[in-house]
Amino acid sequence: MALLEVENLTVDIGLSAGVLHAVSGVSFSVERGETLAIVGESGSGKSMTSLAVMNLLPKRAERHADRLVFDGVDLAVAPEARMRALRGNRMAMIFQEPMTSLNPSYTIGNQLTEALRCHRSVGIAAARERAVQLLEKVGIPAALRRLNQYPHQLSGGLRQRVMIAMALMCGPDLIIADEPTTALDVTIQAQILHLLADLKTEFGMTMILISHDLGVVARVADRVAVMYAGQVVESGAARSLFRTPRHPYTRGLLNCIPVPGRTAPGTPLGAIPGQLPNLIGPRHGCAFRERCAFAAPECAGEIPFVAAGPDHHVRCVRAGALEAAA
Amino acid sequence: MTAPAPTGIDAATDALRQVMLATPRRGSALLRRSLGHSGLVAGGVMLVAIVAVALAAPLIAPHDPYNQDLARRLIPPIWHAKGNWEHVLGTDKLGRDYLSRLVFGARISLLIGTLTVLISGTIGTAIGVCAGYFGGRVDAVLSYVVTTRLALPVVLVALASAALVGGSLQGVIVVLGLLLWDRFAVVTRSATQQIARTDYVAAARAIGCSTLRILLSEILPNILNALIVVATLEMAHAILLEAALSFLGLGVQPPLPSWGLMISEGKQYMFFSPWVIGIPAAALVCLVLAINLVGDGLRDVTAPENRD
Repeated sequence: MALLEVENLTVDIGLSAGVLHAVSGVSFSVERGETLAIVGESGSGKSMTSLAVMNLLPKRAERHADRLVFDGVDLAVAPEARMRALRGNRMAMIFQEPMTSLNPSYTIGNQLTEALRCHRSVGIAAARERAVQLLEKVGIPAALRRLNQYPHQLSGGLRQRVMIAMALMCGPDLIIADEPTTALDVTIQAQILHLLADLKTEFGMTMILISHDLGVVARVADRVAVMYAGQVVESGAARSLFRTPRHPYTRGLLNCIPVPGRTAPGTPLGAIPGQLPNLIGPRHGCAFRERCAFAAPECAGEIPFVAAGPDHHVRCVRAGALEAAA
Repeated sequence: MTAPAPTGIDAATDALRQVMLATPRRGSALLRRSLGHSGLVAGGVMLVAIVAVALAAPLIAPHDPYNQDLARRLIPPIWHAKGNWEHVLGTDKLGRDYLSRLVFGARISLLIGTLTVLISGTIGTAIGVCAGYFGGRVDAVLSYVVTTRLALPVVLVALASAALVGGSLQGVIVVLGLLLWDRFAVVTRSATQQIARTDYVAAARAIGCSTLRILLSEILPNILNALIVVATLEMAHAILLEAALSFLGLGVQPPLPSWGLMISEGKQYMFFSPWVIGIPAAALVCLVLAINLVGDGLRDVTAPENRD
C-alpha cells in the first residue's frame, strides 16, 4: 500500500475578487522508499499541495479531497490534535529559506531537540546525543560545538543541513522538501542534493521533493509530477518522463535547460511565451492552451488525464497527435 | 587481532563530550556584552543603588520617618549654612527627618513601578500577542478594547476610584496596573504580527508544536526585547504617575513617605526652602533616568542579532 495517497485534492482561496483555485483536482501517491518530485513554475500550486497534505494551509484556504490517506490515517478528517502528533514525528518538512527557518533566539541544539522532546519522552542528554549524531550524518563538522551556536553564526548551506537534521530527528516516514536548494548557491546545491540522495539510500526515506529546477529533480527523483496552474499535467517515472515528455508544457520546460554536449553553443534556449493564467474564477479546458504552440479547438473542452505509456499519464488531448508528428 | 584498547586521551575526550552534552552553555556571553555597554552599566549601578537603599531602608535611615518634632521643622540640609549632621537632608514642615523619608519613599516608588508593570505587562502582552497571532476577528475585537482603553484618561479614572474607595497604595497599584497596558498591547501586537509570518513559526507548526507552545516559546522570546523596552518605559511612567496622583492627593495618602507626596507637601515652601521640593524631585529624576538607561541597554544587549 502506498504511504501517501492523494486523490482529487483541491485548494480554494477566497479572495475579494473571487475564488482562487490554487490547486484543482491533484492526485498522486507515494510508495515507501520512493522520491516523488513535484515540478512546476511559481504559482503552479506545488507548495500549496504540500501544505495541504500537512494541513498547514493559510486560514483563508479551503481544502477538499476525495482521498487523503497517510499510512492508513485519513488526513481529510483527522482532528488538529491528531495532525499535530503526526507533524514532525511521522511527516516532516524542510523549508525553502534556511536563513529564516531557524528561530534566532535559540541555539541550534535547542531547536534540534525541540521536535524530539515534543513527541517523545526523552531526556535532554539523550536528545542532544541524537542531535550530534544527525549533525554529523548531514555532514556538519564539529557538531558538538555547533549545538551551542545561534543560527546567525552558520552559513546558508550549514543552516539547510541543520534543517535537514531537524526534519530527521524523529525518524519520520515522509519528508516533504519544499525547494530545499533554491536559496543556496550552486556548489552548495550540489552538496545538499548529494546529501539528500545519500540519506534516501541510507534510511530508505520517502520524500516529496518540490522544485522548479528540473536539473535537481532529474538527479534525485524516482517519479515526477509536473504541475501547471494547479493541475498535474503529466506524471510518470522520472526516466520515461525525461526521455519522452508527452505534454507540450513539459517539453517546453525541458527545452529551457541547456544540456552540456547536446545544446550547441550560440543557439538560443527555448522559452515558453506568455504567463500563468489567472486562477480566479471557474476554468474550462486546458489551462496551458493560450501558451501552447499545438493548441487546437478541442483544447477548450474537458481534458482527461490519460495513460500515455506504462506508469505515465498526461493531461493533453493533443498528446497522441504530437507523438505521431514527432 | 583485537581492536586497540581505548587510550587515556580517548576516555578524556569522551568524558568531556558527556559533560558538554549535559550542560548547555548560557549566560556568560550575555554578561560580557552587558559589561561593555556604558549606558547599561551606569543605569544599572544607579538602579542597584536605589534598590539596595530601598531594601535596607530601616538600617540606613537615621531617624523614624514618621517621627514629628515641630521644634525642629524646616531645618535646611547639610550644604546649607544652617544645616547640621543630625539631619543630613534637613527636615520637613513637621520636623520629620528628610533623608529617612526619602529612603523609605524609594520603597513606595519601586513597589508601585514593579507591581504596576507586572499587572499591566501581563494583561497587555496577552492581548497584544493574541491579537497579533490570531488576527482577523480576534484582532478586531481586541483592537477595539485597546482603543477604548486609550480613550480613558488615567487621571480621571484614578479620581473616580479615589472618590469611590479612597486613595491608597493598593488603590494606586490596581488602577495603574489595569490602565497602563495599552502600550504593551500595541507594541507586542505589531511585533507578533512580524514574527508570526516568519518561516520558523511555520517550521514550528510543521514539527507539531501546539499554538500555546508557539506563542510562549517561539513568539515571546523574539518579542522580548521590545517588551523590555516598553516595560522600563512604563515602569518610569507608572512611578511618575504615582507621584502625580499623590501630588494631586488621589494616590498614596499621608503620612506614607511617597516622593510625589513629598513634592506636593513641599510646594508651599518652594520659594524660601526650595530643597524641600528639590530633593524628592531629584531622586525621582535619578530613578526614572536609571530605569530608562537600563531599558535601552537591555534592548541593545539582548537583541538576537547582537549575539556572537
